[in-house]
Amino acid sequence: MGAAAIGIARQRNLFGVVLLSGIYSFLMATLLVVLDAVDVAMTEAAVGAGISTVLLLGAIYLAGSTESKPIHKPWLPLFVVAVTGGVLVYGTLGLPAFSDPQAPIHQHVAPQYLKEGPEKTGVPNVVTEVLASYRGFDTLGETTVVFTAGIGVIALLRRGKPRKRFKSRDSAKAGDGGGAS
Amino acid sequence: MNLASHYTYFVTILLLMVGLFIVIARSNLIKKLVGLGLFQTAVYLLYIAPGKLIGGVAPIIGEGFDVYSNPLPHVLILTAIVVGVATLALGLALVVRIKEAYGSIEEEEILERDAADELNATDRA
Repeated sequence: MGAAAIGIARQRNLFGVVLLSGIYSFLMATLLVVLDAVDVAMTEAAVGAGISTVLLLGAIYLAGSTESKPIHKPWLPLFVVAVTGGVLVYGTLGLPAFSDPQAPIHQHVAPQYLKEGPEKTGVPNVVTEVLASYRGFDTLGETTVVFTAGIGVIALLRRGKPRKRFKSRDSAKAGDGGGAS
Repeated sequence: MNLASHYTYFVTILLLMVGLFIVIARSNLIKKLVGLGLFQTAVYLLYIAPGKLIGGVAPIIGEGFDVYSNPLPHVLILTAIVVGVATLALGLALVVRIKEAYGSIEEEEILERDAADELNATDRA
């Protein structure tokens, strides 16, 4: 998966980048199954590898699929990234070890969800139970975000067409062919 | 301190940093969005990995299982994935509009054109 990620950074053909990101998403979904997050893995496979790839392919169809050679040397960003990574690694040293049952994440509300949830809601899948019963407002907020994004996309892509027609008519009148801006 | 016990964190940080590098260093806008997606998936991993218990099973209650992985991060990340694809769609729509307006999706060229436009405006004034 690391190889796929670095491939995305190095590849300049955007078609290759999109394919690699699809492969990366599937690998991520597999890893999520291994980590017992089956619901998340299903969503990641459908949304990350499916819908995102389709959206990206549509965008490179509309916007061209080659990336120009970078002008700057990548040393400064590389340095910034290395320093940030170093600080983060230093930060993880204080975190609990992988799969430690005494870690705070396993002590706080999760045992309660696991114990009381099925009795209170009657849903055996705890993820569904928490999503729909305990944290329903999250989904409301999520729906709002998606709705807003949908409005944004429509507003952005609708405006393009009438204007273009307008511009081409103007330039046809002026007789110079190409629109200046 | 045991290196193996923190391995998942290191993988997560590697992916985070590759994503960050793409966003900073690459000038192509679509590639920046892919980098942003990479960063996002690394954050999913950051949340999900600590919830796993070795010997545990997926949090679906059934007979004969006692140890379940933590369901709460799964719920949060389900929401994050859907929001992520919404932001990706919005970002790509912006990219398409920029392509229509500037004829390019390279950050450098767009900045150059903006600078040239500004210069023209000050000349005229």
